[in-house]
Amino acid sequence: MPKFEYAPAPESRAVVTIEKSYGLYIDGAFSRPKDTFETINPADESVLAEVSQAGPKDVDRAVAAARRAYEGVWGRLSGSERGKYLFRIARILQERAREFAVLETLDNGKPIKETRDVDVPIAAAHFFYHAGWADKLEFAGLAPTGGTPPRPHGVVGQIIPWNFPLLMLAWKIAPALATGNTVVLKPAETTPLTALLFAEVCQQADLPPGVVNIVTGDGRTGEALVDHPGVDKIAFTGSTEVGKAIARRIAGTSKKATLELGGKAANIVFDDAPIDQAVEGIVNGIFFNQGQVCCAGSRLLVQESVHDAVLARLKRRLETLRVGDPMDKNSDLGAINSRAQLDRITSLVDAGVAEGAERWSPECTLPARGFWFPPTVLTGVSQTHRVATEEIFGPVLSVLTFRTPQEAVAKANNTSYGLSAGVWTEKGSRILWMADQLRAGVIWANTFNRFDPTSPFGGYKESGYGREGGRHGLEAYVTTAALTTGAAR
Amino acid sequence: MWAGSTQLTGRLPRVTVSTTAHAVQDLTAAARDLLGVSRLTNRALASWVHGLPGVDQVGCEARAASLGTRSIKTTAKAWAIDTAISMIDLTTLEGADTVGKVRSLCAKALVPDPIDPTTPRPAAICVYGDMVATAKQALGDSGIHVAAVATAFPSGRAAMPVKLADTRAAVEAGADEIDMVIDRGAFLSGDYLTVFSQIAEVKQACGDAHLKVILETGELVTYDNVRRASYLAMLAGGDFIKTSTGKVSPAATLPVTLVMLEAVRHWRELTGVQVGVKPAGGIRTSKDAIKYLVMVNEVAGDDWMSPEWFRFGASSLLNDLLLQRQKLATGAYSGADYVTID
Repeated sequence: MPKFEYAPAPESRAVVTIEKSYGLYIDGAFSRPKDTFETINPADESVLAEVSQAGPKDVDRAVAAARRAYEGVWGRLSGSERGKYLFRIARILQERAREFAVLETLDNGKPIKETRDVDVPIAAAHFFYHAGWADKLEFAGLAPTGGTPPRPHGVVGQIIPWNFPLLMLAWKIAPALATGNTVVLKPAETTPLTALLFAEVCQQADLPPGVVNIVTGDGRTGEALVDHPGVDKIAFTGSTEVGKAIARRIAGTSKKATLELGGKAANIVFDDAPIDQAVEGIVNGIFFNQGQVCCAGSRLLVQESVHDAVLARLKRRLETLRVGDPMDKNSDLGAINSRAQLDRITSLVDAGVAEGAERWSPECTLPARGFWFPPTVLTGVSQTHRVATEEIFGPVLSVLTFRTPQEAVAKANNTSYGLSAGVWTEKGSRILWMADQLRAGVIWANTFNRFDPTSPFGGYKESGYGREGGRHGLEAYVTTAALTTGAAR
Repeated sequence: MWAGSTQLTGRLPRVTVSTTAHAVQDLTAAARDLLGVSRLTNRALASWVHGLPGVDQVGCEARAASLGTRSIKTTAKAWAIDTAISMIDLTTLEGADTVGKVRSLCAKALVPDPIDPTTPRPAAICVYGDMVATAKQALGDSGIHVAAVATAFPSGRAAMPVKLADTRAAVEAGADEIDMVIDRGAFLSGDYLTVFSQIAEVKQACGDAHLKVILETGELVTYDNVRRASYLAMLAGGDFIKTSTGKVSPAATLPVTLVMLEAVRHWRELTGVQVGVKPAGGIRTSKDAIKYLVMVNEVAGDDWMSPEWFRFGASSLLNDLLLQRQKLATGAYSGADYVTID
């Protein structure tokens, strides 16, 4: 039988220049590299560059620069002027899209197809969207009518994860700048490079020094930033464990916080679902970005009457997934971001199998070097299994069943998280009823893992608090006060 | 009853399907069996096609678009171009068709690229029924099939005896394949039994000729309808399901073909019978053709990756594939004057 073998289609690395070592980006300039650590390509474990570990003094300098910028220039700038800078940044991101896509893939391990078609375009879209808000904040309904216009907090400390390095940076920086705050941002230890390239974009856009500061480093840098008395607000995306630690550290201070944490989303497939598209949605829900997505559809809740049919089609579909070199334009799944994460996935899956789940993966050859985990389906999973309750954060789908809509809701909500959920049915009324019942910040109907800057994103329960994106996302970056005068109250 | 008498010497092997039923009563019996009913009524057919899972438009189009981003380069591209050429039903369906025009097209099929004799030949020449004899004579024993459109193509608005006579005439003139149109009016009014019966009767009239059933998806409009019509056509004995006549816009699209490829894949799981797919109309560039092949590969699978199971209904596509083929061989683009206008 003839066979259609796709020849290698590697994206070129030549579009991006990676420095040997990087300093910190503070007050509009890069410092000299010091106390460096390596950042590697998780697909082959080669060293990409050395970046600096920012200590408390560096964080202090960064916060001071952000404060000066806030009080000196940025806080006084009109909304339309701030908008101009954001539009400029958005356009530069688009112009340099290939550079960002390649660098993100090298540093993170995710396939170039995703950085090219998702991460970078949506990052640019966030800047465009928030650029539009910058001069319209008075009309965003954030402050009571007749009250003072919404005001920025001041200096915002932002800590972002490694799963969508540039996109999370955009989610954080765009609304902060649009509302008039200045920023000290710490990218994740394993994925600092696109944030450092973004620093170059800030220079290119002539953003006033100090408005955006990038400090690299591990958890210690994050702690220094969270504890710094000059920071007015913390915005964090990452694990629930770290999120809780941050909430404890800032308790009793005047710092505001928004936390976007873990999830264990249910992707619920009813027997009247469009099955072929539901299968695509399941695949996209859990294998997008190797499942390293806080809102990943990691629990498939499938109606018992269609369980076998859905599983058969899902397995057939997974046989066509292409796992391998993230720089190949035809790769669907890339590398796991770090050895630590790979170990975590491996041990949780082992625990699942030990508890009685049945493990299945399509045939695929994994590269010898780098951090790799095959797409995996765990069937026969029960609510009591660890793989049904704990966030795996990897390409692992736990399959459970339900009999009635009420049972689907009960099982979907039976989690300490509440970030997202998916509902698959051709019945519109059921979609609305389910959306009303599910305790999750984002509910997708007949689709999954769709992100748009106009739509608020955030969680219930241990998935965190605050929203990012949309009009709601602006609220997290402003304070409002009712203005009481003799004339109006 | 007419029995097929043409002896096929073509290089395309005759398809042996597990149901050898060509007679209407056999097809009806097989359908009753599959549906689990004692009598094949319109109600039985309606509840069956309406019971198929729906197609979500947004998801279907997103999946088609994402398959369209596959990057097919170097050796894969060369393989795909040759495979695509071998899958073409080189088509002329004009009121202005003449013997000269059809002969010229047949000559093109025999020698697609005079510069490069290693160029594969297309699978078939597709003409109106009255041009079958001309095409047959011009193609001789080359193995290139002659396909004829029949059943009052393209509208299908004629009395059933006329459609059957149209079909028989083409088969008697030597057509290896018949491309029929379904009665879209009947389909859209919910008269599925008429659609079924007409296909089954034409299938019977085809004898040994291969039957392609044109759904005219541009008139069915929704993907749910495309899926339902696909299943009806397969149930009624179609050997191929084909998107379009090429006379209605939109003709073939990637999402429509996706729905049809899913249908044939599922049909084989259900019945053991493999049915082919033919997108037709609007596929003009190599890039488009390769997107379709990627879709065949990832949605239906290897088993469909041959002219026996997948065809392109096209005319100008061949020349674009030839230009791309020359480019791969020489490293440089030639130009429109380096392929023949036929």
